[in-house]
Amino acid sequence: MSAPSHDAGSGRMRITLKIWRQEGPNRPGKVETHFLPDVSPHMSFLEMLDVLNERLIASGLDTVAFDHDCREGICGACSLVIDGRAHGPEALTTACQLHMRHYSDGDTIHVEPFRANAFPVLKDLMVDRSAFDRIISAGGFVSSPTGSAPDGNAILVPKPDADRAMDAAACIGCGACAAACPNASAMLFVAAKVAHLALLPQGQPERERRALAMVHAMDEEGFGSCTNHFECMAACPKGISVESIARMNRDFALSFLKEAPDLPTGSSVG
Amino acid sequence: MSPTPPQLDSKCPSGPISERWDKHRFELKLINPANRRKFHVLVVGTGLAGASAAASLADLGYRVSVFCIQDSPRRAHSIAAQGGINAAKNYPNDGDSVQRLFYDTVKGGDFRARESNVYRLAQISNQIIDQCVALGVPFAREYGGGLANRSFGGAQVSRTFYARGQTGQQLLLGAYSAMMRQVGSGRIALYARREMLDVVVIDGVARGIVCRNLVTGAYERSAGDAVLLCTGGYGNVFYLSTNAKACNVTAVWRAHKRGAYFANPCFTQIHPTCIPVSGSYQSKLTLMSESLRNDARVWVPKQKGEPRPPHNIPDEDRDYFLERRYPSFGNLVPRDVASRAAKERCDAGFGVGTTGLAVYMDFRDAIRRDGEGAIRQKYGNLFQMYAKITADDPYHVPMRIYPAVHYTMGGLWVDYNLESTVPGLFVLGEANFSDHGANRLGASALMQGLADGFFIVPYTIGGHLAGRKLPAVSPTDKAFEDSERSVRERIDRILSIGGKRTVDSFHRELGKIMWDHCGMARTGSGLAFAKQGIQALRSEFWENSRVPTSSAGLNQNLEHAGRVADFLEFAELMIDDASQRSESCGGHFREESQTDEGEAKRDDERFSYVAAWQHEGVGKESTLHREPLAFEYVRPSQRSYK
Repeated sequence: MSAPSHDAGSGRMRITLKIWRQEGPNRPGKVETHFLPDVSPHMSFLEMLDVLNERLIASGLDTVAFDHDCREGICGACSLVIDGRAHGPEALTTACQLHMRHYSDGDTIHVEPFRANAFPVLKDLMVDRSAFDRIISAGGFVSSPTGSAPDGNAILVPKPDADRAMDAAACIGCGACAAACPNASAMLFVAAKVAHLALLPQGQPERERRALAMVHAMDEEGFGSCTNHFECMAACPKGISVESIARMNRDFALSFLKEAPDLPTGSSVG
Repeated sequence: MSPTPPQLDSKCPSGPISERWDKHRFELKLINPANRRKFHVLVVGTGLAGASAAASLADLGYRVSVFCIQDSPRRAHSIAAQGGINAAKNYPNDGDSVQRLFYDTVKGGDFRARESNVYRLAQISNQIIDQCVALGVPFAREYGGGLANRSFGGAQVSRTFYARGQTGQQLLLGAYSAMMRQVGSGRIALYARREMLDVVVIDGVARGIVCRNLVTGAYERSAGDAVLLCTGGYGNVFYLSTNAKACNVTAVWRAHKRGAYFANPCFTQIHPTCIPVSGSYQSKLTLMSESLRNDARVWVPKQKGEPRPPHNIPDEDRDYFLERRYPSFGNLVPRDVASRAAKERCDAGFGVGTTGLAVYMDFRDAIRRDGEGAIRQKYGNLFQMYAKITADDPYHVPMRIYPAVHYTMGGLWVDYNLESTVPGLFVLGEANFSDHGANRLGASALMQGLADGFFIVPYTIGGHLAGRKLPAVSPTDKAFEDSERSVRERIDRILSIGGKRTVDSFHRELGKIMWDHCGMARTGSGLAFAKQGIQALRSEFWENSRVPTSSAGLNQNLEHAGRVADFLEFAELMIDDASQRSESCGGHFREESQTDEGEAKRDDERFSYVAAWQHEGVGKESTLHREPLAFEYVRPSQRSYK
């Protein structure tokens, strides 16, 4: 590489955006077309939306609502479907880390919110993902009240286990998995948390109860069933593997056999 | 110096420093476990401080309500911290101790923090690691299964615990999961997408808050027995910073206007290793963890306007300026020192990139020494992030970096109990001013946030709840009504301006004023100029800003406008604080006060105090109160990293 490329030419691009607009929950939505004549290839996708919003304000129009916060790919706030793909065309990339250099002059880009029954649209591109918080509150934790912990090194964790736990714990809770799934299942999100804690000694005492409780909560929130399409893994910006799902199914089956609980019909684990 | 005003009693215990926290805890009043459920605590913000406080208070049996601005408490900006968390475990057997962590932190803060607070922080650091491990935080491990440590941010011992480059994420998710467990148990009520817009003070005590529901636009009143502000720092006053977009000063500023003193607002941290600005559309800056400095060498070409690409420039034509100026610490000097050194080279015309506002951070030698695989293992996610943003491959081309606003050491003044000058109003984490003095060391923010939330406020809040008469209050009380009215009137006023300029353009202009005159270097005349500029900009904002009015409910531009309006008031206080402190210390560099070698020169005779500001009204001069700082254990010296 000779010259650092983000200094390279400032070739401006003309971009047409087809954006989902919806005033509120339970309101009809529509696709609106906007033209941006002057997009820099070094902008992030969200910075392009910022530019659009500045123009909308100047024209006296309402801005496009979208969730965003850290813009570093870690908070999980962004929730855009770009040209039919959750977080857009780049693998392992959240929408906020997608840069316009991946597009060409004259492109038309479709932007929609994450779609899932359990993620109702609040406005435009913004959805309600509080279902994920409720699933965590059902069991996605280790019950260790403050002050009750032994010395950190009293709990030894083999490095490979810690590394695999970290792989699963890297989930940012964005919901792309559910948005990408044809059944709008939240299996990968739930499985990532179950796997993270099941791989660690600290997670063992509640391991089976956790899987059971989280799967029940997922069902109650109206997420669909997992039928092994693995679109979730393709959409996941953090590369969470579907191996987690297999791991969770095992814990779920074990707890199911042991506790024989009353499961709601149509539970998503098959 | 005048005697400490009574309202600035730090309540630091006396006696040997290592026994003070124990002694204080013993003297604090306890609340009977059966009575705790009668008390209702309002926690605003769900970063490390807020989430850990909420979880711990609920564990104790208090009723807790939690409010956060994001759609989920898991997204608070603590999530973005990369490098690590310090603790004095001394697992690597390299000579660390509570005493050494205490010493490093007081010195690193350039002797502008309270010794008692910092010592307690160092003592608590070890418990934090234990608690986080127990919660399932997947810290990095050695092959034997023990916790791994690394050296970080200028420390000469390896005391930093980490989870790849995502330590903040993993710690926050740990604290969040502990909090969500109590949401599930019904002890915590969670309110997301709420912005706190006022603290309600009744009979001089904080008894509630007023929030705006960011989805419906409704104003919501909450009454309680104590209010905890855990709302982070104000770095976005500079517009461009490494903070998340929603980070703002509003909650603490509104509390300040209700009587909470604001301490050391000019103490801000400029982090040396961030990805440089690339264009006028730039919406934020991205940090590259300073852990990278462990394996990188920072340099600029020796020749101005050097035309060769960096990898073709031989060593003899490179100026490794940190190693040159600071031979004993080299690339690991503290953040403020490294930032100023980079600025000095760029100002002198040696900067690189199209803007000339960047220096190289080069991994060539580490890759030659340890192999690309080893570097990938340590920093893979950071290299990937850098490549995504810049389209450069840092394995082969040096990173280009420049300092950026990252953290604010200033914040609401709190005593040893973390209680502000408004009784019943506690301030935790970055939102308070307490432990970092004039410069924060790397991997200490996570430590402080969790110390405050897990292990300090759960005890000290008992002193307030048991020690004061707290008559029943209701959200229908007149104080709540008045508060809601003032909040509503301010928002209605913003909606009615109907001017021509966007809110974002005001924010950018404010940021530029602050960066140019209250950033890495400050002068008396520059600050005076900035003050006028801010006043003029604030007037224009209230006459000429434009917010879309089509939505009274969910309206992100209106949210931003409210925050920018507060930044425009707060910025002036920052300028006042920087003006009165005509010494240099830590991140506060007054060009008038430097050594012959261009290092920050403190003036302990005149400035060994905490500046605590009392609000007197917008556009009126605030009143400065001084809390003197005494150093019994670490003798103030000129910091030297040579």
